[in-house]
Amino acid sequence: MSDHDHDHDDRHHAPPSDLALRVAALESLLVEKGLVDPAALDALVDTYEHRIGPRNGAKVVARAWIDPAYKTRLLTDATAAIAELGFGGLQGEHMVAVENTPKVHNLVVCTLCSCYPLPILGLPPVWYKSAPYRSRAVLDPRGVLAEFGLTLDPETEIRVWDSTAEIRYLVVPERPAATEHLSEEQLAELVTRDSMIGVARATPAKAQNSA
Amino acid sequence: MNGVHDMGGMHGMGPIQPESDEPVFHARWEARVFAIVRAMSAWRKWNIDASRHQRELIAPAEYLRMTYYEKWHAGLLELMVKKGLVTREEIATGRASPATLPKVQPALTAEKVAAFTAQGSPTNRAIRTPPLFQPDDMIHTQNINPLGHTRLPRYARAKRGVIDRVHGAFVFPDTNAAFQGENPQHLYSVRFCARELWGEQAAARDCVYLDLWESYLEHPGANNNTRRGN
Repeated sequence: MSDHDHDHDDRHHAPPSDLALRVAALESLLVEKGLVDPAALDALVDTYEHRIGPRNGAKVVARAWIDPAYKTRLLTDATAAIAELGFGGLQGEHMVAVENTPKVHNLVVCTLCSCYPLPILGLPPVWYKSAPYRSRAVLDPRGVLAEFGLTLDPETEIRVWDSTAEIRYLVVPERPAATEHLSEEQLAELVTRDSMIGVARATPAKAQNSA
Repeated sequence: MNGVHDMGGMHGMGPIQPESDEPVFHARWEARVFAIVRAMSAWRKWNIDASRHQRELIAPAEYLRMTYYEKWHAGLLELMVKKGLVTREEIATGRASPATLPKVQPALTAEKVAAFTAQGSPTNRAIRTPPLFQPDDMIHTQNINPLGHTRLPRYARAKRGVIDRVHGAFVFPDTNAAFQGENPQHLYSVRFCARELWGEQAAARDCVYLDLWESYLEHPGANNNTRRGN
């Protein structure tokens, strides 16, 4: 990601230029003191860059779409149901899944910091951690959703989940229309990160390339 | 504490700026800060609540200026110094003082990262006390303004809500952040009508759910002002 892409919001996203140097110095200090193992740091970075991400959550949602019994388990005990697919752990120890329907739309935020269900969504995007989202998601969810291009029927009930404890939330988006012919793997391709936070719907089937 | 981190309901923070094809980390130093913070947490010299509170203590103007991982970096330095793992002089010079070498326990190794990540740190605890509230009970949130850490945001204080579900007992952040013990309490998902929080400008059907500990809550008839002390 080039600096150019951040020109529009330098006010919030320009760290001091020496920070990279200070972090490198800190790492070598901690290594010298035996407090961190650089190979463990590499493994941690690799875990979140390559192994844990929103594809995990998409598999959970796709399974819930095709398997009503699984969906029931997911909505009853999300931690256990998600563990069935092999996901869980750090910052996903206690999960709750909430289902979008034609009448109810769920939206997840953490106003106090940036809590996020890491094992199923990976690390959060910058906007989720930013002051604009954290401040307004609870106050003006319809305005926030409109900024994401999602306008809901005024009759739809919006439920905003503020992650104030160690419970982490997964939104189960509505299954798009005309997807009866798709496989579980193809359905998972329709499940975006944003749809599992609640700022978007799942991708419509027609926008999907055949897999 | 009534810090700038407690952002729910504030205006003026500008538009939300999603980034397409956003990378997991925007620079190598961010990845290293993330990993160092995680690896250092394995020493268990502090807890997640103390980490959060340390970042809340960043001065408001700095908090708003800093990027996310800058805050992590700043909070980590303070915690490490507080817990005697490094000195300010060592941070300034980048060189270890011979007096502080070596550590007896080995640091988190690469081989243990997978288990460390998969196990996590569950914060539910078994307690003998039954929950004071049940689903559908009406509650009133306390009007508290503690100087220390709390997970009751300002926008949800002195408000009426309804218990949605009982999560079980969890470590209480307000004391855990101050290293004053886990003091687990029952935790509830509480549903608030948007209009109770924001007035008539909110949509009548909309609502906000917060996860709140039992001591943040009282029965609607109770008088806030007579409940101080415990």
